[in-house]
Amino acid sequence: MLNSVNPFMHEENMSDNQSDKQQAGSQTCGCSQVDQDKRNFLIATSAVGALGCAAVAVPFVKSMTPSERAKAAGAPVEVDISKIQPGTMMTAEWRGKPVWIINRTDEMIADLPKHDDKLSDPASDVTSQQPVYCKNEGRSIKPNIAVIVGICTHLGCSPSEKMQHGGDMGDAWTGGFFCPCHGSKFDLAGRVFKGSPAPINLVVPPHKYLSENVLLIGVDTEDKA
Amino acid sequence: MTDKNKSKLCSVMNDTINWVDARFPLTSNIKAHLTEYYAPKNFNFWYFFGSLALLVLVLQIVTGIFLTMHYKPDADLAFGSVEYIMRDVPWGWLIRYMHSTGASMFFVVVYLHMFRGLIYGSYRNPRELIWLFGVAIFLALMGEAFFGYLLPWGQMSYWGAQVIVNLFSAIPFIGPDVSEWLRGDYLVSDATLNRFFAFHVIALPFVLAGLVVAHLIALHEVGSNNPDGVEIKKVKDKVTGIPLDGIPFHPYYTVKDLVGVAAFLMVFSAIIFFAPEMGGYFLEANNFVPADPLKTPAHIAPVWYFTPYYSILRAVPPILNSQFPGVAAMGLSVVAFAFLPWLDRSPVKSIRQRGALYKRWLAAFVVSFLVLGYLGTVPSNVWGQFGAWLGGADRATVVARIFTVVYFLFFILMPWYTKKDKTKPVPERVTG
Amino acid sequence: MKTINNVKKLLLAALMLPLMSVANEGMHLDKAPVDASNHESLQRGARTFVNYCLNCHSANYMRYNRLLEIGLTEKQIKDNLLFAGEKVGDTMKVAMNKKEAAKWLGAAPPDLSVEVRARGADWVYSYLRGFYRDSSRPTGWNNTVFDKVGMPHVLYGLQGEQELDHETHELKLVKPGSLSAEEYDVLVGDLTNFMAYMAEPAKQQRNQLGCFVLLFLSVLLVLTYKLKKAYWKDVH
Repeated sequence: MLNSVNPFMHEENMSDNQSDKQQAGSQTCGCSQVDQDKRNFLIATSAVGALGCAAVAVPFVKSMTPSERAKAAGAPVEVDISKIQPGTMMTAEWRGKPVWIINRTDEMIADLPKHDDKLSDPASDVTSQQPVYCKNEGRSIKPNIAVIVGICTHLGCSPSEKMQHGGDMGDAWTGGFFCPCHGSKFDLAGRVFKGSPAPINLVVPPHKYLSENVLLIGVDTEDKA
Repeated sequence: MTDKNKSKLCSVMNDTINWVDARFPLTSNIKAHLTEYYAPKNFNFWYFFGSLALLVLVLQIVTGIFLTMHYKPDADLAFGSVEYIMRDVPWGWLIRYMHSTGASMFFVVVYLHMFRGLIYGSYRNPRELIWLFGVAIFLALMGEAFFGYLLPWGQMSYWGAQVIVNLFSAIPFIGPDVSEWLRGDYLVSDATLNRFFAFHVIALPFVLAGLVVAHLIALHEVGSNNPDGVEIKKVKDKVTGIPLDGIPFHPYYTVKDLVGVAAFLMVFSAIIFFAPEMGGYFLEANNFVPADPLKTPAHIAPVWYFTPYYSILRAVPPILNSQFPGVAAMGLSVVAFAFLPWLDRSPVKSIRQRGALYKRWLAAFVVSFLVLGYLGTVPSNVWGQFGAWLGGADRATVVARIFTVVYFLFFILMPWYTKKDKTKPVPERVTG
Repeated sequence: MKTINNVKKLLLAALMLPLMSVANEGMHLDKAPVDASNHESLQRGARTFVNYCLNCHSANYMRYNRLLEIGLTEKQIKDNLLFAGEKVGDTMKVAMNKKEAAKWLGAAPPDLSVEVRARGADWVYSYLRGFYRDSSRPTGWNNTVFDKVGMPHVLYGLQGEQELDHETHELKLVKPGSLSAEEYDVLVGDLTNFMAYMAEPAKQQRNQLGCFVLLFLSVLLVLTYKLKKAYWKDVH
């Protein structure tokens, strides 16, 4: 093989008290004088050794994943939504992130389909941004209650609430969110308006209703954390 | 792979190596330290421990890096963060046990490595500097172990640090100020923990790594000793200039050391997975109690690798109402190794050519080291007391005193007994 | 000079304190029935621990959801073991304030997460069975393995009351509790077993993995040895 160049690739080696044999060390590429015994055990030892090294690496890599403490702190949170008046919202915290819970009025729900043509992804086709059960016009389980992670999909700022019509957002504005960092605009279902720096809709976290007024954020089925 | 592809790959590798070689002495270094570093062909069992020490150093650094990702050097949080690593961090227990076991195994291999140096005279001319670098590594390692032992912030951590730091106050005049300066407080506290953490994770590892490089450079400059104490460079091949009794380190000793590594890892793993506390010698039970500055545990003893010197400290009685002689004796018992190259006046290096006199003294030294080591782990009344005729002294203390004297006589009398010893002639060539 | 004297005292303390431990070492301890693979025993022990110990002692490093490992379900943990408002991911905390506890009891009850690693399972087992009536103590209780213990006998309703015969150093049940002596030993054995498990929950995994690692390494040892032989056959 590469004995002349790469000093690590000894296959045929020399016995040093016999200097004539040392010439064997300077073979050229592709030379066929190979010691099968050495080669076999070299390959076997390297393979088993590499396997061992890879196995040892696993615990070290895994030790950097979220610990039990982090998992406990990031466990699903229960939220009582009975106090949210129609047309207002509250912010819960899950895994250190703001989660908006918006109680939309019938009028707000009715407004949602009207601006579909101005949105980047009106039908929520990007599957990573919401659970399947929220791939609908309001991106929600109940039509009036939207649950949205309040983190802009551009660079991670938290957008400001602009739920009223018009105002400083211009006359055409029918309510939504405005990111103060780079001006991304979202509607009341967290869908991003075309022309915003943010590329995709806001994330809808996994969630479910434990009862009429108790929402569990962070989990959708019983066994999945 | 076809032959054509093979030769293509060959030339790409050639080109890459040439490119690097034009900018960095890669090939020449590999030759100088591995493929054309000629080591005596008669290395035996005792020659495994140098490479193993290097392996443990790497393991300690890697596991240490991962532990620092979760450990908190704060008196309120340290103990809890270690338990956090043991329970909440995925695989944290394994990494922690690797590190705690590695600490003890480091001393096991280093002691065996030093013993090799003793029996084959590896410290003798021209290898004095290798030996001095080695002693420095040993001192740095003791510092590293001591600073590291405080970090779990258990009772043993705390009181061990308390006693050792207070040893410095036995130094005349400046002592008390020195220990206060070391602690950064009037007692071992958060400030002490924080600075010990800094020493343990950055200062001493740097020093250790540098010393290990110096140790190896010095070794490869003069070449390795061997069990026969023969200088292989004296008999070289007339054509190639290669020592006739030498073989290239790579591949011969790399493959041989791999056997040592595999065997060592079996012992290492057996401890990690089945006895990480090693009966209280590697992890002490009292260290599972959080540090409490108001309550000294009932039995405190240093970790096993410090116990021979600790025994010497205990054995030396206070003189003129001062603890300093004991502290000085303990310090000297460690530093004494550094003087070996100049204390040994024998015409031969290896124990194979030495006479009975040296062998007896060496045996006496080893026995002293082991007995003192054992006595350091137990209370001084472990063997009861002598009768009134000896003032009712603790038997173990008297024994420790006797062996302390033997320990130092091994060094002090060395110029005399090595010179007087009857030696055999050193062979021309190694005996295989 | 004063500091030197302090050092001397300290060093002396370091030398003298071992003497005190000898008295302890000579003490007879009963063998605790520790078996980490016995999940029923661990579950019973967990219940006893939560019901009796966790009122005063915390286990701050032990998470409730770790009990899934010993065969409990999340629902069982929630229904049987958790206090109101706690989550399964929480650690076994105690509501009592440490400073106040110290005021009431003389010393704050220690955290028990790693108690077995500090004392040993046999000690814990013997301790829990070693309480006896002693009117000279403020709590009215003393212990054969922990002289002048600060904790009263919390399980006395179950065990009953023992008295120490100072001649033979043997304990005698003078007033039976709600459990028979055998039942009480099982209860305490389970509790000790649980505390041993809690002190190092990863122990079983450690032992199992160890067998595989050693097996793997023995293969590696054989291969490296053969490799070495293959290379060294031309060294004479």
